[in-house]
Amino acid sequence: MEMSGERLIAAPRGVVWKALNDPEVLKACIPGCEEIEQTSPTELTAKVTQKVGPVKAKFTGQIELSDIVPEESYRISGTGKGGAAGGASGGAAVSLTETDDGTMLTYQAEAKVTGKIAQLGARLIDGFAKKMADQFFSRFQEVVEGPKGDAEATEGDGADGDVPADEKKGLWARLTGA
Amino acid sequence: MPKDTGIGASSKRREDIRFLTGKGQYTDDINRPGQTYAYILRSDIAHGVINGIDTGAASAMPGVIRVFTSADMEGLGGVPCGWQVTDKNGDPMKEPMHPILAAGKVRHVGDPIAVVVGETLDQARDAAEKIELDITELPAVMDMASAIQGGAAVHDDVPDNLCFDWEFVAENKDAVDAAIAGAHHVTTLELTNNRLVANPMEPRAAIGEFEPGTGDYTLYTTSQNPHVIRLLMGAFVLSIPEHKLRVVAPDVGGGFGSKIYHYAEEAFVTWAAAQIKRPIKWVADRSEDFISAAQGRDHVTKVELAMDAYGNFLALRCSTLANMGAYLSTFAPCVPTWLHGTLLAGNYKTPVIFTNVKAVFTNTVPVDAYRGAGRPEATYQLERTIDKAAREMGIDPIELRRRNFIQPDQYPYATPVAVEYDTGNYDATMSKAAEMADVAGFQGRKAASAANGKLRGLGIASYIEACGIAPSSLVGALGARAGLFECATVRVNPTGNISVFTGSHSHGQGHETTFAQVVADMVGCPEENVDIVHGDTSKIAFGMGTYGSRSLAVGGAAIVKSMEKIIAKASKIAAHLMEASADDVVFKDGQFSVQGTDKSVAWGDVCLTAYVPHNFPHDQLEPGLEETSFYDPANFTYPAGAYICEVEVDPDTGVVDVQSFVAADDFGNVVNPMIVEGQVHGGLAQGLGQAMMEHAVYDENGQIASGSFMDYAMPRAADFPMFEVDHSCNTPCTHNPLGVKGCGEAGAIGSPPALVNAVVDALAERGVTHIDMPLTPARVWSALNG
Repeated sequence: MEMSGERLIAAPRGVVWKALNDPEVLKACIPGCEEIEQTSPTELTAKVTQKVGPVKAKFTGQIELSDIVPEESYRISGTGKGGAAGGASGGAAVSLTETDDGTMLTYQAEAKVTGKIAQLGARLIDGFAKKMADQFFSRFQEVVEGPKGDAEATEGDGADGDVPADEKKGLWARLTGA
Repeated sequence: MPKDTGIGASSKRREDIRFLTGKGQYTDDINRPGQTYAYILRSDIAHGVINGIDTGAASAMPGVIRVFTSADMEGLGGVPCGWQVTDKNGDPMKEPMHPILAAGKVRHVGDPIAVVVGETLDQARDAAEKIELDITELPAVMDMASAIQGGAAVHDDVPDNLCFDWEFVAENKDAVDAAIAGAHHVTTLELTNNRLVANPMEPRAAIGEFEPGTGDYTLYTTSQNPHVIRLLMGAFVLSIPEHKLRVVAPDVGGGFGSKIYHYAEEAFVTWAAAQIKRPIKWVADRSEDFISAAQGRDHVTKVELAMDAYGNFLALRCSTLANMGAYLSTFAPCVPTWLHGTLLAGNYKTPVIFTNVKAVFTNTVPVDAYRGAGRPEATYQLERTIDKAAREMGIDPIELRRRNFIQPDQYPYATPVAVEYDTGNYDATMSKAAEMADVAGFQGRKAASAANGKLRGLGIASYIEACGIAPSSLVGALGARAGLFECATVRVNPTGNISVFTGSHSHGQGHETTFAQVVADMVGCPEENVDIVHGDTSKIAFGMGTYGSRSLAVGGAAIVKSMEKIIAKASKIAAHLMEASADDVVFKDGQFSVQGTDKSVAWGDVCLTAYVPHNFPHDQLEPGLEETSFYDPANFTYPAGAYICEVEVDPDTGVVDVQSFVAADDFGNVVNPMIVEGQVHGGLAQGLGQAMMEHAVYDENGQIASGSFMDYAMPRAADFPMFEVDHSCNTPCTHNPLGVKGCGEAGAIGSPPALVNAVVDALAERGVTHIDMPLTPARVWSALNG
């Protein structure tokens, strides 16, 4: 399956780019991500728990960054093995352009599943992948744009799409040096 | 007067008592001392090169006895194919290696890669997660038309993915071309016969056992034909001679063809049990069966039917792409060829017929015979095309069929496609069906539906099938690597009760009841005095099993032959007891009597004498009363009939409501009308399931998208009205002793075209000429709304 989208992020392009390359930011933004470890400048390993329809699995996977044009674009791709549940793989070409209001992030992503997830959850995959992408970029936007005035009021529990407020603050500080 | 016992009686199915009370003994109900459990790690991608399999961590897991891969199985044979098709150039089909466990490559989702044998199933399953696979994924070969044009190859030694390119009848090709070129009208139709998953109620299972003290092997398996498995696995895969290998197929919960074949898992558990010196049980769950049991149909076909101005059929030309899946299953090559091409005459006098079938390897689960096997594909092509022709020619669809029916005075009728029909009366079944369906009142019902905003349609289909499979010398000439006779032993015990040992296997057909009725009828004894034993190579002399609606026509005939020998011998014993000539002895209703006298002796006394031979003609006969017969049929049998389906379609939703379905079948003589009616009901449900909802869908990567009952729709009772079934228009088979033709597959063969013809009839006024199965609401709605 394939999907694409764009997000206007109220932050300078340099900050957005830095966030796209920060394992801690990726960990906070990838839904279900429990661990992430950088093994080289362009490679990471991750553990992600996800539920697709009736199948819940812990994926162990590799993430690779390629086609890197600093501050402009890269390709992020990953493969995950979920044991008896099957596997998942996918990637996204991400590019950044400066606008008057901040940075326009555009992405074209594709995803594929194998094994039991495909067998039992095929008709759910399109919706699932779109939800995953939406969650990732929503979280990413929140993290990069930093704390808002009413951040405390809308504090989430981190369970469904929200990054906990104090974690957000910490990450924002990392990105901006604030 | 309906009979209440013996042939013709609707005796209640005796086997149902144990099935309905949970007392059946299925393979998974069997547990052997010291039994271990196998979990099979299967490929989750459709196509890839195996670079390495690391079983180290898995082997160290708790409870693991051993982890097996193909590297452990060198020297063993591959899973064999039981039928060789010769292609149009006279070359044998391509028959690539089918290893027990994937070697070098994986070729479909579900291809077995490694097996963990553990103390418990949970331990084996957990350990399988620790197996490290290094597989490089390759592009999946999915679309048949492009697969044979080059590109990725499922098997490196079959670069064009073409298993065979078959032409039949080759010598008629030019005549067919000429007839089509010069015809008044040619009706053309391109259609797909959708891939199906057999889905018997019981998924497959197997237990392998090895006795180190004797070197004897036993395999318990969910099979329709244990002797065939013993032959294929013993001789071709594991090199175990028959006398050291016992195969037991106990109660089996349905097969529909998918349990005919010899599967890799059977060979694995049998072989591996000897490696670890302990029994090994493997049981597929439903998900596993979806990706490992042979699937059905999957043909893409173009049909051209040439007619003169009166609608007389002049010639038929077909071309088919038939999906074999990733490997050749046991009888896969014969399904699109000899079980399909030979039925393209249908019930009609079409003088010349030509078909071309290209069998294609793809990265999908292997395809093989499924209820009907080739004959549903032939019937669907023919009956859909005739229906389209009737509309194009402006001739009533029943009338067009009648004009072309083979007539009752033309039997035996040799078709142009190599078979000779012995009997039939297609006008009679069509008239019966039309009467039952009240065809005359259809226009009134259609107007009433229209007043309610609904579209009503009437669908007609005739069918014929070749059953009672099959004369061994004929099928041998056509490529079968086995004979297709049947064997039966009748053992009359000393007190007169009877044990029948049949090579037919019952997995839902009710043989234990029907066969007992035949024997009881011949003896004149109560049915409960007869027991039917099947499914164990250690008990039954030989057998070719159950498929192709052959059990009563071939297996039943073998029982009759043995019974005739028994009665002949018993008559001689009776003659001795009555001091008469055997020629004067008649046997009726359990009594032997001397014609023209009042002398008689009862069946039980004769049986006892056979085993207590104090007063016995020792100079002429041996003691005992047991006979074995092998019956090899002289011809196929040809069940035929007419089906009429009436539907109402909701144009707003595309939902098809089956309003009525009538089936007028000619099965020849009928032993148990109730069981026959049940078989027809089941066949109709499966055929309508194919026509309306069932579909094995793969995505472009070879993942099965309808791989569970959440997405693979199975028909339920509430989806259909009560079927109306008739089998009064019978023309008994001329060449088997019971005059029977077989009834197991008919419903699944005749019903898909009847349903689709009905829906297309309903939608014709809106310009719809064809919809490919399954006719889901989405497809019907799309056809209506462009």
